[in-house]
Amino acid sequence: MTMNLFRKLRHGLAKTRDSVVGSIREAVGSGRLDDAVIEELEEILITADLGVDTSLALCERIRARASREALAGDDVLRALREELSALIETPATENASPPADPERVEGPYVTFVIGVNGTGKTTSIGKLAYRYAQAGHNTLIIAADTFRSAAVEQVAIWAQRADVDIVRGATGADPASVVYDGLRAALARGSERVLVDTAGRLHTKTNLMAELEKIDRVAKKVIADAPHEVLLMLDGTTGQNGLSQARRFSESIGVSALMVTKLDGTAKGGVLVPIRRELGIPVRWIGVGEAIDDLVPFEPALVVDAVFGDDETLRLRESIAEE
Amino acid sequence: MFGELQEKLDGFFSKIKSRGKLTEDDVRAALREVRRILLEADVNFRVARSFLNRVEERAVGREVTKSVTPGQQVIKILHDELVGLLGGSFRPLKRSKQTPTVLMMVGLQGSGKTTTGGKLGRYLAKRGMRPMLAACDLQRPAAVDQLERVGEQADLPVFAVRGGEPVMVAEQAAEHARAHGYDTLIVDTAGRLHIDEPLMEELNRIRERIRPAEILFVADSMTGQDAVNSAQAFTERLGISGVVLTKLDGDARGGAALSVREVSGVPIRFAGVGEKLDEFEEFHPGRMADRILGMGDVVSFVEKAQEAVDAGDALKLAKKLKEQQFDLEDFLAQLHQLKKMGPLEGLMKMIPGANKAMQGMEIQEDELKRTEAIILSMTPEERRKPNIIRGSRRKRIAAGSGTRVQDVNRLLNQYQQMKKMMKQMGGRKMKGMPGGMPKGMPFPPS
Ligand SMILES: Nc1nc2c(ncn2[C@@H]2O[C@H](COP(=O)(O)OP(=O)(O)OP(=O)(O)O)[C@@H](O)[C@H]2O)c(=O)[nH]1
Ligand SMILES: Nc1nc2c(ncn2[C@@H]2O[C@H](COP(=O)(O)OP(=O)(O)OP(=O)(O)O)[C@@H](O)[C@H]2O)c(=O)[nH]1
Ligand SMILES: [Mg+2]
Ligand SMILES: [Mg+2]
Repeated sequence: MTMNLFRKLRHGLAKTRDSVVGSIREAVGSGRLDDAVIEELEEILITADLGVDTSLALCERIRARASREALAGDDVLRALREELSALIETPATENASPPADPERVEGPYVTFVIGVNGTGKTTSIGKLAYRYAQAGHNTLIIAADTFRSAAVEQVAIWAQRADVDIVRGATGADPASVVYDGLRAALARGSERVLVDTAGRLHTKTNLMAELEKIDRVAKKVIADAPHEVLLMLDGTTGQNGLSQARRFSESIGVSALMVTKLDGTAKGGVLVPIRRELGIPVRWIGVGEAIDDLVPFEPALVVDAVFGDDETLRLRESIAEE
Repeated sequence: MFGELQEKLDGFFSKIKSRGKLTEDDVRAALREVRRILLEADVNFRVARSFLNRVEERAVGREVTKSVTPGQQVIKILHDELVGLLGGSFRPLKRSKQTPTVLMMVGLQGSGKTTTGGKLGRYLAKRGMRPMLAACDLQRPAAVDQLERVGEQADLPVFAVRGGEPVMVAEQAAEHARAHGYDTLIVDTAGRLHIDEPLMEELNRIRERIRPAEILFVADSMTGQDAVNSAQAFTERLGISGVVLTKLDGDARGGAALSVREVSGVPIRFAGVGEKLDEFEEFHPGRMADRILGMGDVVSFVEKAQEAVDAGDALKLAKKLKEQQFDLEDFLAQLHQLKKMGPLEGLMKMIPGANKAMQGMEIQEDELKRTEAIILSMTPEERRKPNIIRGSRRKRIAAGSGTRVQDVNRLLNQYQQMKKMMKQMGGRKMKGMPGGMPKGMPFPPS
């Protein structure tokens, strides 16, 4: 994991720093925040997938601050970092369905993992299961993707790697009934953590969203307050469509938090900023590779650093490595 | 496909059209709007910039002629540049002299390589080829199982060596295909990051050993700004010959298509439009540009319709649509045909103007059944003149079809909306299109 994260940060940052940040330093070195500089700032933000609205809003704030505080040189970058962190840390709003506190849940703590196709749901379930098992929780995976070819086999391999139990449905079986059986099994076995792998589905497909809602209803028949947490898997390379995904899934069964995967590549995952800004959904985890421990609890600074690059990155990387 | 982008451009064009002559400033202002549209659609920042510079140069410069309105002129230039950027007309896959012709699927994790391999195999089998799939992803858990399952569904043989090594499996697969008379070998590879040196090198070794006729870069249409980085790396490090854009059945605006095309320089060959193996189409840049520019993908729509409906019916329907004489009888007939044509959402997106008109109008497959029951409970007269269906008739129809009056009301509302939509379509008959009808238009010019 450390290697992956290191690689990711180094790669992502070197490029950014050399090109855009470098030219911003040059441009603002002279002390004037003109349109050309603002456009450079805009480029950094938009290129990181923050989207036009959020990027323009941030630039506006910087412009306003610049006239008040007489920003020059690196101050501009520092100010932008601050504004960006503030955005990512905005408190969750009523749009997010906050997760239940595991301490207060008696019986199995049920997590649904949902999202569009190929984002990394199944892999992340493996990583989470491993983490829970390492922490000493009796963990069960419910393989409720009965649609995708060999999805059950795939998650079964992850269960084996994480050394946790699994309840599987037959290919083509009704996923809701698999979840029903799985949750009964969880109760019977006294599982503490339950991870439900669902099929990838595009948020625009009404029938598939209805299927998800049915899974949700059926789960509640077995455990009244389930799911205790719904994680929406967001592919870190996704652009502005991420906003549409987050919106539709949260309108459907609700989303407690995002997990952003594939951040070991060069994509910055910046769409999580407008998602946070417009929908108030926080990020809980990030995925930084395909190995079982390539899972990092989210820290806003990670994204800020990925977007800008800074010496602080080194500090952060070390603190993660220690963890 | 590029649903939202198209809607935004619609709005922009109506502004240009309503403003008469365009000055240089107008062009700039309009293009600023287009820039925003492109960026919101995930076109890469720099790609958008160079694209708009080209459009501006052409729009403000010598090519502005007096014979057309400035609005038409800008639309034409935007359209041409977009077609230019998206590539020429559809180009079939290359065949190599020796057998088998090898097609290699490469790309980032989860983009759709394995599924697309199966789709492509089926596409080729339907055209008389004898394709075989090779399982060279020995990394992802159960990747081989997945490909074997896909092979079963596609009715295609799969060459796999469990516990093997990708380069060797690829070589053995090629030999096996040659010995057993398979003319095409589709090689599924593991997803990998473009910055993963060892894995990129592995692809190179596979390429050197089996000399693929085509290396297809499978890209997720939801990709954001980073699409340029991965496409560029795959182009430079490996050399790709084509792109397949997947997951276009969603609402992604698909700006990544433009980015990938621009940085890789290779054509986009196919589009994945669903998880099922037949949800796969040839990619037509011209149509796509028409669609982006608010023309709707009329050609694809009609082609699809013709697969389900015979040509005569399609023409009759087209005429009725145009003349807005569409009644509930037709609606019912359409329901039957639509069922044969697959998911409604996909189809509606192909009709110009339908995106906007259909907003807030949920189409659900079970609702189709209810709708059918309601229409069947109407008298023929009612079906032909839905306006006469008032209170008591609505009650009778509801009772007859086992639905509620609200359901009947909703259907009638939908019908009205649909009629309105048809009217809009009829009203904007190709006006925005410079040079008249595009080729292949099913509707005779009026
Ligand atoms: N580089 C990288 N790859 C990842 C990460 N997470 C998942 N993947 C890869 O992404 C691909 C898809 O992952 P899956 O876990 O199958 O995704 P999914 O969401 O379950 O896919 P569907 O069930 O088909 O919708 C696999 O090749 C994974 O190895 C990550 O954090 N980094
Ligand atoms: N909606 C939709 N889903 C698609 C399409 N193409 C592929 N998928 C889905 O996307 C997910 C990933 O597809 P795969 O074929 O496993 O992707 P891959 O690139 O082989 O993944 P890795 O081998 O892990 O890198 C699966 O859930 C597929 O069903 C498409 O055109 N539309
Ligand atoms: Mg999965
Ligand atoms: Mg695959």
